[in-house]
Amino acid sequence: MQQIVGVDVGGTFTDLILIDEQSGGVRISKVPSTPENQAFGVMSALKKSSAILPDLNILIHGTTVTTNALLERKVSRLGLITTRGFRDVLELGRRTRPKPYGLTGSFECLIPRNLRLEVQERIDSDGEVLEKLDETEVRKAVQTLLELGAESLVIHFLHSYKNDSHEKEAEAIARELWPTSFITRGSALVSEYREYERGTTASINAAVQPVLNRYISSLREALKDEGYSRELLVMQGNGGTVSSNIVTEDAVKTVMSGPASGVMAAAFTAGQSGFMNVVTYDMGGTSCDVGLIVEGIPQVSSELEIEYAMPIHVPMVDVHTIGAGGGSIAWVNDAGLLQVGPESAGAQPGPICYGKGGARPTMTDANLVLGRLNPEKLLAVDNPVFLEKVRELLMKEVGHPLGLKDAEATASAILRIGNTNMAGALRLMSLARGHDPRDFVLFAFGGAGPLHATALAREMGIPRVLVPMRPGITNAVGCVAADVRHDYVRSINLPLEHVDMEIVRNAFETQIREGKDLIEREGIEIEEMIVVHDVDMQFQGQTHILSFTVDDPRVSKSRLRSSFEEAYWNRFSVELPEIRPVLVNLHTAVIGRRKAVPLTSLMPLKNEWKNSNECQKGTRAVWFEQGWQETPVFHREPLCPGSRITGPALLEQMDSTVVLDPRDALEVDSFGNLIITLNS
Amino acid sequence: MPGLDPITLTVIQSGLQQVCNEMDLAFVRSAFSPVISEALDRSDGIYERDTGELIAQGELGLPVFVGTMQFGTQCVIERAKNLKDGDLYIVNDPYLGGTHLMDVRFVKPFFYQGELFAWLANTGHWPDTGGAVPGGFSANATEVEQEGLRLPPVKLYKAGVLDEEILSIVLSNIRIADQRIGDIKAQAAALSVGEKRFTELIDRYGKDTVLKGIGELKQRASQQMRARIKNIPDGTYLGEAFVDSDGVVDEPLRISMKISKKDTELHFDMSGSSPPCQGPMNSVIATTRSSIYLAIKHIFPEVPINAGTFDPLHIKDPEGTFLYARYPRPVSGCAAEVSQRIAEAVFSALVQAIPDQLFAAPAGTSGNFCLGGFDPKRERSYVMYVISGGGYGGNPKGDGLSNGCSTIGISKTTPIEVMEQYYPVLFEEYSLHEGSGGAGKQRGGFGVNYKVRLRRGNAKASMVMDHGRSGPLGALGGENGGVNRVRIESHGDTYIPPHLSKDQNIMIREGDTIRVSTPGGGGFGTAFERDPERVARDVNLGYYTAEEVRKRFGVVIDAAGQLDKDATKNYRGKFSKFQDCPNTVG
Repeated sequence: MQQIVGVDVGGTFTDLILIDEQSGGVRISKVPSTPENQAFGVMSALKKSSAILPDLNILIHGTTVTTNALLERKVSRLGLITTRGFRDVLELGRRTRPKPYGLTGSFECLIPRNLRLEVQERIDSDGEVLEKLDETEVRKAVQTLLELGAESLVIHFLHSYKNDSHEKEAEAIARELWPTSFITRGSALVSEYREYERGTTASINAAVQPVLNRYISSLREALKDEGYSRELLVMQGNGGTVSSNIVTEDAVKTVMSGPASGVMAAAFTAGQSGFMNVVTYDMGGTSCDVGLIVEGIPQVSSELEIEYAMPIHVPMVDVHTIGAGGGSIAWVNDAGLLQVGPESAGAQPGPICYGKGGARPTMTDANLVLGRLNPEKLLAVDNPVFLEKVRELLMKEVGHPLGLKDAEATASAILRIGNTNMAGALRLMSLARGHDPRDFVLFAFGGAGPLHATALAREMGIPRVLVPMRPGITNAVGCVAADVRHDYVRSINLPLEHVDMEIVRNAFETQIREGKDLIEREGIEIEEMIVVHDVDMQFQGQTHILSFTVDDPRVSKSRLRSSFEEAYWNRFSVELPEIRPVLVNLHTAVIGRRKAVPLTSLMPLKNEWKNSNECQKGTRAVWFEQGWQETPVFHREPLCPGSRITGPALLEQMDSTVVLDPRDALEVDSFGNLIITLNS
Repeated sequence: MPGLDPITLTVIQSGLQQVCNEMDLAFVRSAFSPVISEALDRSDGIYERDTGELIAQGELGLPVFVGTMQFGTQCVIERAKNLKDGDLYIVNDPYLGGTHLMDVRFVKPFFYQGELFAWLANTGHWPDTGGAVPGGFSANATEVEQEGLRLPPVKLYKAGVLDEEILSIVLSNIRIADQRIGDIKAQAAALSVGEKRFTELIDRYGKDTVLKGIGELKQRASQQMRARIKNIPDGTYLGEAFVDSDGVVDEPLRISMKISKKDTELHFDMSGSSPPCQGPMNSVIATTRSSIYLAIKHIFPEVPINAGTFDPLHIKDPEGTFLYARYPRPVSGCAAEVSQRIAEAVFSALVQAIPDQLFAAPAGTSGNFCLGGFDPKRERSYVMYVISGGGYGGNPKGDGLSNGCSTIGISKTTPIEVMEQYYPVLFEEYSLHEGSGGAGKQRGGFGVNYKVRLRRGNAKASMVMDHGRSGPLGALGGENGGVNRVRIESHGDTYIPPHLSKDQNIMIREGDTIRVSTPGGGGFGTAFERDPERVARDVNLGYYTAEEVRKRFGVVIDAAGQLDKDATKNYRGKFSKFQDCPNTVG
């Protein structure tokens, strides 16, 4: 029997999906996350799913341990050894401020200044050694840092991307003295120029290594106690997985892995349903994440910033977070205009209807007033808040100041503004990069995603929405769908005409070999090995790059040139025959494809399928643009493939509600996904 | 005519904003000038058809362009003739609503269904527009002609077709001309993106609704700004700031800022400022006004920007001062430096009125440093620019930020590893300017030290910086921030620029070094009230020495580096008043 488990720890819930490949059965569980030790939540999710651990074949895990540690600055004490004269690079950054306007705010370097030590050494931009590494100084610095209580160490020298010999020598000395394995060499993680970004990425790695190591050890221990000692894979920000045996080495790569697994699930699910161009949209209580999939490939970026002045320059699925969610607060500014967000009611006090003392209207409250959310399910049971109270507060805070006639008008105004803002931000992060919305489908998930999806799609000009079978556990689905993946990059940075294509070929081939070797070292069972090559190019004199995929490591110069020109035209509608193109970076992703997960298994067993009439639970009054409409409410899960429903309708499932506007219609596809066509 | 409902109004507001944001994004991603693509020295906006007033501007645009672009657009409207769809004006004349010559503006009539509906415009900082020194920042220019090529509004594109003749005039008069065609196309393409999105917006909501919305949004922004101003106590507030020198005559230039607040309006009077100067520190009126706007926007960042925002701000033309430059006064320093001093003068006046919403002065200089020469190894000429940040002022929320961006900019510095790849230099230091944060209850942030050595050949160094004579102002009893310093070591000799922060064409030989230390931010509140534990932490991190904090914060640190609480209490008790030691730090 082959059983696969994906378990994703989110901010609020830990989601689990267990797929039994033989029976096609699927089990799902959702338990509260346990931030003090996420392993508790994982174990209780396993328990709740009645998984028999010794029977499981593989467990794939998405964790927010490193992300949380970083954002809350609960990281290890770490030290830095760097080139003489440059210990402050990581504190000074690149001369920025948190926001364009306003001259306040602060930045705290991950490494305190007294733990940043300098040694004699210097290499220039050609890789030539100008000053030899002073080994005695390195030894002394290592000892000093240990005395100061550093748990992990960063070695970061200028121009190490060009010549890493000094970094390696220093590392060898440090390894003799350092009691743990937590030593990060700047150029080992990112072999790209830019000392602040490379050094910060290395510091983040060192800062979270001990944290991740403790967590993974305790989880393995707990799993072992229950009889599971087979493969544990961990999700990474690049959308791939890595063996838990080596995950700590490049711990930084697990940062932002949660959003990445959502996009992987979207690519997988939408791809199976025949949609290759996708905007993904995950909306929760305080924020939403947006990603982009073009021709089946999730877009990856190596230039993400996790927060102000904290860049992480390793390849990650390009996910942008927008500060709008169900808890976003609606208010009237002193120009008399309605605003939604950026302030959020969060989990405490939460929306008014949660009954935890919230008194300011949120998008969730607006959805409730308009009948889109089920009052019986949503209204707090312990401290009941009556719908009348929510309506009253909506009027008090927003309706009266704006002169709106009733709570319905107020709630629909809140949703309209909230949706317009979200759609604008979504557009800027995805389609504004030169894509035609008509070629895309909006993949909506997360608790609140399906509630707003059609309104957003309409606003963005996207003709179709896909709501997956299990929108509330998409990240866990991403875990089981993700492949083993390792990324490599090499800087070339020469005008294309001067590039020796032999070097390009060798670089790609070396990267392929490294990836294959690593996958073998991990010993994970895979079906096939896939290699994807991307190149970054620019016109000479530019600083921004444009990336595109090349099929063959033996690509020709003329091919590179024409592909670049085509990509540039598509993005900017500009032709520049006057200027020379430059080849900047060569990327290789080595992907070990695991056995495909049968997605149909996310659906209920066939004998539970029902047609739409049988699924209708009743009706509820719901407010649409035309006013109140008595709207049929469906039980979503058992809807059989091929079912068609025309709006208005509501489809409710365990943790999500789909709103179908009177203008739209949906069909259930053969994987149980809802395909909503706008204006049909 | 009934007004629009507030919901549609907000929707139109976001729509206009998105049009501008998308122009900003397209421009920055495709530009060639690193000043645009990395330093984000550009801005895009929509302007009213007849008056040229600002309708909306991209949120990612350079702050100093907040106000100038509407003046620039107005100057084009006055001169525009025979407008056709696809026409596009190029202009960089500072006296026609501009800043300095390097800020090149594209202004395009926007037609909707065949009728002129509005104007789209953007500004981008080109790396060079000719003139006496590469890059345009000639520290001792005395006429605008020495600063570069000056273009009145001319149609660079006529009905969508690039005018090759005008292009050739432009390209024949500037340095590094081969890449400029890339910027021209990027700058024009950004406006085309705007055209497309703006058309979609009007298609969707209708011409009348959009026009009505624009009118009403202007009113609302004014109302919002007035609500903020209303909370400032009525009265007259005096502020001042000094520019080190004009680069030619070694005397400080004074900005006198008298702000009168009455009801919901602010009046700005700068008539007590220094007369026009010989060197390039004159400011054109568009930049002077814009500097006040951006200062106010820094104080009230949440107020959206359109013409209505400026409506309650009344700026008296500072005729007869260096803040109202007329042809042919040189002006290259106005956008980067004088603008920041004007903002500082506004901050120093208003911090007295609403201290809880302000901050002590930020470093306030762009730190423009330029090294141009010939690299014998690579056999090519080069021009290297370094910009630098400094400390921000302490504020009610906390200490000032270190190495913050210039007040008027949002640009990042170029990585050292990139500069060393392109130019024959070696950086020997890039460090925190210790001691430079002005002491205060909330201290200022710290500036930066960098030291660069010329490895090969000869070169000439020029710089336009500021705050070399006196540091950024402290507030409410806080100490001033540390000053800007420049020191050149040439074969055993030390050279310090006579004007401290401005100089031009200094001969640099192989092996010479240039060391720059940038200003720290001003302190906020009395330093003797700063929590001694926080002072001890600052010493532990090496921000100040034990000796410095005794004098400047009244905190005693013992030989072991620990806080001596009793001695501190005694020491602070003895000096009832903060010890003033301005401008002698770091």
